[in-house]
Amino acid sequence: MDRRVDGGLLYKGPEWDFNTLARIHDAIEAIGIGELGLNIYRPRIEVITSEQMLDAYASTGMPLFYRHWSFGKQFARNEALYRKGWQGLAYEIVINSNPCVVYIMEENTATMQALVLAHAAFGHNHFFKNNYAFRQWTDADGILDYLSFAKNYIATCEERYGIGEVERVLDAAHALMTQGIDRYPGKRTVDLRSEERREAERRDYAEKLFNDLWRTVPDKKKGSKRKTDTERRRALLGLPEENILYFLEKTAPRLKPWQREIIRIVRLISQYFYPQRQTKMMNEGCATFVHYEIMTALHERGQIDDGAFMEFLHSHTSVVTQPHFDDPRHRGLNPYALGFAIMQDIQRMCLKPTDEDKIWFPDVAGSGDPINVLKDVWANYRDESCIAQFLSPAVIRNLSLFHVIDDEREDNLVVDAIHNERGYMKVRRSLSKLYDVSRHDPDIQVVDVDLEGERRLEIRHRVINSISLEEADADRVLHHLANLWGYPVHMVEADDQENVFAEHHAEPVQPFM
Amino acid sequence: MYIIDRRRDTHGKSLANRQRFIRRARALVRRAVREATGDRSILDAGRGGEIVVPSDGVREPVFRHSNEGGIRDYILPGNKRFVEGDQIDRPPSGGGGGGAGTDGDGEDDFRFVLSAEEFIDLFLEDLELPDLAKRQVIGEAKDQPRRAGFRSSGPPSALSVPRTMRNSLSRRMALRRPRRSDIDALEKKIHELEAAGGDLDEIQKLKLEIERHRKRALIIPFIDPLDVRYRRHELVPRPVAQAVMFCLMDVSGSMDEHMKDLAKRFFSLLYLFLSRRYTHVDVVFIRHTHEAKEVDEQTFFQSRETGGTVVSTALEEMARIVEERFPEHQWNIYAAQASDGDNVPIDNAKTVALLKSVILPMCQYYAYLEVGSSPEERSSRSPEAPSTLWRAYELLTGPKSNMSMRKVRDRRDIYPVFRQLFEKKPGSIAAGAS
Repeated sequence: MDRRVDGGLLYKGPEWDFNTLARIHDAIEAIGIGELGLNIYRPRIEVITSEQMLDAYASTGMPLFYRHWSFGKQFARNEALYRKGWQGLAYEIVINSNPCVVYIMEENTATMQALVLAHAAFGHNHFFKNNYAFRQWTDADGILDYLSFAKNYIATCEERYGIGEVERVLDAAHALMTQGIDRYPGKRTVDLRSEERREAERRDYAEKLFNDLWRTVPDKKKGSKRKTDTERRRALLGLPEENILYFLEKTAPRLKPWQREIIRIVRLISQYFYPQRQTKMMNEGCATFVHYEIMTALHERGQIDDGAFMEFLHSHTSVVTQPHFDDPRHRGLNPYALGFAIMQDIQRMCLKPTDEDKIWFPDVAGSGDPINVLKDVWANYRDESCIAQFLSPAVIRNLSLFHVIDDEREDNLVVDAIHNERGYMKVRRSLSKLYDVSRHDPDIQVVDVDLEGERRLEIRHRVINSISLEEADADRVLHHLANLWGYPVHMVEADDQENVFAEHHAEPVQPFM
Repeated sequence: MYIIDRRRDTHGKSLANRQRFIRRARALVRRAVREATGDRSILDAGRGGEIVVPSDGVREPVFRHSNEGGIRDYILPGNKRFVEGDQIDRPPSGGGGGGAGTDGDGEDDFRFVLSAEEFIDLFLEDLELPDLAKRQVIGEAKDQPRRAGFRSSGPPSALSVPRTMRNSLSRRMALRRPRRSDIDALEKKIHELEAAGGDLDEIQKLKLEIERHRKRALIIPFIDPLDVRYRRHELVPRPVAQAVMFCLMDVSGSMDEHMKDLAKRFFSLLYLFLSRRYTHVDVVFIRHTHEAKEVDEQTFFQSRETGGTVVSTALEEMARIVEERFPEHQWNIYAAQASDGDNVPIDNAKTVALLKSVILPMCQYYAYLEVGSSPEERSSRSPEAPSTLWRAYELLTGPKSNMSMRKVRDRRDIYPVFRQLFEKKPGSIAAGAS
């Protein structure tokens, strides 16, 4: 196969075929791996139509997924928006799997394909393979097999127990999906078998120390004794537990084995997507930075012509645009813009540090080796920590970031910090907090089970900054929870000072059994 | 790196999910579909389109922070004039327009597009054609594919795996292809012999045996192109149920545009309905004043004639056309008549007689729709007495009759009236005004 066209150009004009794709890929690989030294899963590039892209959207981008009406809803919504022209489709979807599946659309021009390959097959791919959050929580080798298992398992359940029954379990599990995540690694589960052994050891010990005289010592107060019972029960049940789906899977008294397995499937898939939510900004920043470097290098080497480069710049700039807060297009901070700005700024600091950089980033400034610094950032940080560490005054100034506090009790909003010497730290700290997923998701935990009475499940929402839950939705979710648990559920919303904001109660209407 | 072309893969991977969604939201979607048809011209009803479903019914609740109250932080880009400590008036709702922390999850009503198929299905749900079973009339034949054995070439989608595997199995047995388990057994034997320090010649012999087996397994493939079979289909002519629909309308001067519009809507609905039930539907338009004529659709709805009103002429014309072109034993015949109820009094007897003796016996179903002037206009007049035609037709309707009649005054009533006419009922169609 001849992989060259005249003058070293990889392609001319917008047309492409599979040979062009292969040529583009090889040229990008030469830069991405040869020069930037990216470490990636082997890419599997799949060309799809816009209709298939809509299909992919509906199943959260995964090539296969179990069936559920909510995906149909998603599909219907996207399709309506797309057909009306209100929403364009993504140029690509990339999947954290090994090999790394990259979907590219057939409508893309040759330049767009080059951009997309550089962005997804190299940028995102490198991030997936190296970032600690993904390494810790996801299994790129196993995900496709697992999804296939999940799909078949749920289909079998539908056949055996009826679509309606399975749908009910899925509905309930989906409602608790964000409460189905282990946020801290290495949690030790209490093992009932060792618990039995330890109980025997304790008794032996008590027998050895037995002395009838102890009987004459006055009893402890009743209250404190009951408290130890509570503590013991909690420890046995592994409470408090913030992974509600895990708790239900292991302890809900009335669930059938297949229902537990479905809950487990939803939980594991939710866990798989958790790193993506934690690293959205960095992931896009990494991919955008990589595609920018690669496309620029291709142009410098004369492998793409000026027209193609202009086309690239056009879509690149529209991706990294950050409309100002008073602009009607403003939809919050653009993760592409912020990510790209931070990555480019790190590169700048390494190569051309200012005095300010040397004070703020003594380790990085002037190191002269931007790509290795960036690779370290991509590997060892997530959005929250990356911003806390690397959002420099220069980026804050360029984006003119400012911090506003909206306190319900005050009449007006207050500008707390702006892009000046006194404000940099504050802006950085608050932005980092806003990107903390565990703060963004409500902190909800199972705190206790009333084992002696009506088996009521006690849930607690830890209220932060006096922001309570959206009431109607919370009640609906609690209903699902009560059905899964099989007995009443009670939720208290309170802050650390024990100020109670709201209480919810739900009875199982149609418990699963 | 691999590049895979997926464009030819099956599309509509989420079709199953979509059907589940529509089933889930069925009641909501049905209501929305019926409301939507009120807004658009009925002819468009058959084209599907966007509908709006209240988001409540298809909500996916999750625990999320409420959008109100509390202390909130925003980091916003593009500061131009603020300095630390500035006060900003609180925007009317929803806080400062969403920093990185909020992404207003509040769902609006849910809009999506139904395909024409889905739309009509929901639109005509629970309706049935009366008397469909009475005469399963057989019309002209159409070619349809039918399974007809197997063949050795064909598209991958028609591959018959059981048949292929059967051929493969018999070929492997006939040619004595060594099985995996045979080789395993030999290998095990060697291991045992080796472990026991057995006869070297014996081991050597067994090894050769394995080698021979392996070679043989390589030469005789597991599946040979010879084994592959595809399902064969043959086109077989099959009779198709077909129907003809007669639209009769009075176009005399007393029929105003509003009435014609009502009639048109009713005819369109009927057409839509028939075309769902029959593979092939013909439509014949007959308009009449004091004389009747078969016309095309355009003329039927648009031109206006002057003259008296003699209903029997239209019925005669219909009888003639049936005689000529639509033999009763080949066609299911439906007729719908729209009129404002005027008829020359002396014609009534003839009309009723014609209907009774000729038209009704040959029809599957005969619907009479009396259209009235719009309610605003009517309120100025005195309350109406039943029209001449209505009184005449009343004699014909009854529990056993295949004729029914309704009155319609307003566009909104068309669909309910249509539903009443074709609702699934355990018994037969009741007559009388709505």
